Amino acid sequence: MTDIPNRKPETGAFFPRDRSRHPPALTPGYKTSVLRAPQKALLSLDGTLSEITGPVFGHSLLGEFDNDLIHNFAKPGDSAIGERIIVHGRVLDERGRPVPGALLEFWQANAGGRYRHKKESYLAPLDPNFGGCGRTITDDDGAYAFRTIKPGPYPWPNGVNDWRPAHIHFSVFGHGFAQRLITQMYFEGDPMIWKCPIVMTIPDRAAIEQLIAPLDWNNTIPMDARAYKFDIVLRGRRSTLFENRLEGN
Amino acid sequence: MTQPLDYLKETPSQTAGPYVHIGLTPNGCGIEGVYAGDLGAAMVNDRTLGQRITITGRVLDGTGTPLKDALVEIWQADAEGLYNSPSELRGTADPNFTGWGRSACDGTTGEFRFETVKPGRVPFKDGRKMAPHVSLWIVARGINLGLNTRMYFGDEQAANAEDPVLMRIEHRVRFPTLIAAVDGSACRFDIHLQGEKETVFFDI
Repeated sequence: MTDIPNRKPETGAFFPRDRSRHPPALTPGYKTSVLRAPQKALLSLDGTLSEITGPVFGHSLLGEFDNDLIHNFAKPGDSAIGERIIVHGRVLDERGRPVPGALLEFWQANAGGRYRHKKESYLAPLDPNFGGCGRTITDDDGAYAFRTIKPGPYPWPNGVNDWRPAHIHFSVFGHGFAQRLITQMYFEGDPMIWKCPIVMTIPDRAAIEQLIAPLDWNNTIPMDARAYKFDIVLRGRRSTLFENRLEGN
Repeated sequence: MTQPLDYLKETPSQTAGPYVHIGLTPNGCGIEGVYAGDLGAAMVNDRTLGQRITITGRVLDGTGTPLKDALVEIWQADAEGLYNSPSELRGTADPNFTGWGRSACDGTTGEFRFETVKPGRVPFKDGRKMAPHVSLWIVARGINLGLNTRMYFGDEQAANAEDPVLMRIEHRVRFPTLIAAVDGSACRFDIHLQGEKETVFFDI
C-alpha cells in the first residue's frame, strides 16, 4: 500500500451505482442465484469515510511474470499451449479520468476450457505449463496489459447443455472500497455470448456489449500474439467543492 | 437541445464464479510459485498498534447451508480510527496495519477468518462518530454483484445505539444482523444471504 503518483487524493463520495445496468441479485436462469440472492431491499448509504477510502497497492507488489500467464506457471523454457494473446486497455472512472494505481487480478481456464482448481472435474486436460492467474497495476494513464492464451469455452451444470463462452475473470480495485468490482471479459464475435445464462443476468444489451473485447489489430504483434482491448470503467466520484469538510479535515 | 451529459457508464458486474480462488487466493487453492503469498492474508505484524481480535464467520444461503466457495474481503480503520488509504486526509494511519484483508471460505466448513485489530471510531459525514465497524464485501458463485455490509461489535452497545448508519435501519428487528457476538478477542459474525435472518446489505 503506497502513494498514487502525482495526483491530489480525491475524497468525494462515489456516484450512485446505476443498478439497472448491473445484474439484479435474483436471476433464475442462473440457478445458483436463487438461494444466494438477498430478498430484502438494500439500505442506501451516501459514502462515508469507510466507503470513499480503500486500499491502494504499490507496483513493488508485482513479480516479473505476474502479468504473463503464458510463462508464470510454465517450466523454464516452456510455455502454455493455446492462442497467444495480449489483453490491454485502460481503467477509467465514469468522468473519463484515468485510474492510476488500480490493482487488476485476472483468472481463466486454459485453452481447452479446463480450470486448475480441485473442484473442477471437466474431462479436458490440464496444461502442465498453465496456472491461470495473473495481476498487474495500472500506470499513470490508467493503462494495463497482460499476455495469456485465449481460454476455451467450458460446460457447466446449470441447464442440461449450458456452456460458458470464452472469458477472463477480472477483479478490480479503484481508490475506494465502494469501487470494488468483479466482472468477466468476453471475446468479439463469440456466438456463445448470447446463449449464456450468466451473461444474460445483465438486463441491458449495451451493458453486455461493454464486456466484449474487440480484436485490436493495431496492437497485434506480427508472428507473435494477437491483441484484444478491454477498457474498464469504475464509478466516478463527486467533486468535494461546496461540500462540508469532514471533521478533522 | 442541451449539451450532452457525457459520463461513461460503470462496467457491469458478473459473478466471481466457483473458481475465484484461482485468481484471488492461488496459493490457498494449490497454485503455488506464481505469487510469493496470497494478498490480504496478513493484516497485522508484530508492531501493529491496538487490540488484537479474530473475526470468524460463515456466509449462509437461503436454506441455511454455508457457502463453501465464497470469498470475503474486509476494510477497516486502524485502532485510532484512521484508514490506510490515500483518500485519508485526517492523518497517517498505523503503517503496520493494512486495513484490508481477504479470506476464502473454507472448502469444508465454509468458515472465513481474519486476524486484525479492533477499529477505532470514524466520523460520519456530519461529524458524529460512527461506532467501531468493519466493512465487508462478499462475492461467490451465484452472487451477481458483490454484497456490501458492515460488522459492528456486540460489546459496544452505547456506541452502536448512537451510530448514524445503524439508526437508519427502519426495521429495528434487523439491527442484530449487523452485530458480531464478541467473546474476549473472538468476534463471530455469520452472514445470511436471504430469509428471516437476512443480513442488512448496503447500496454504498
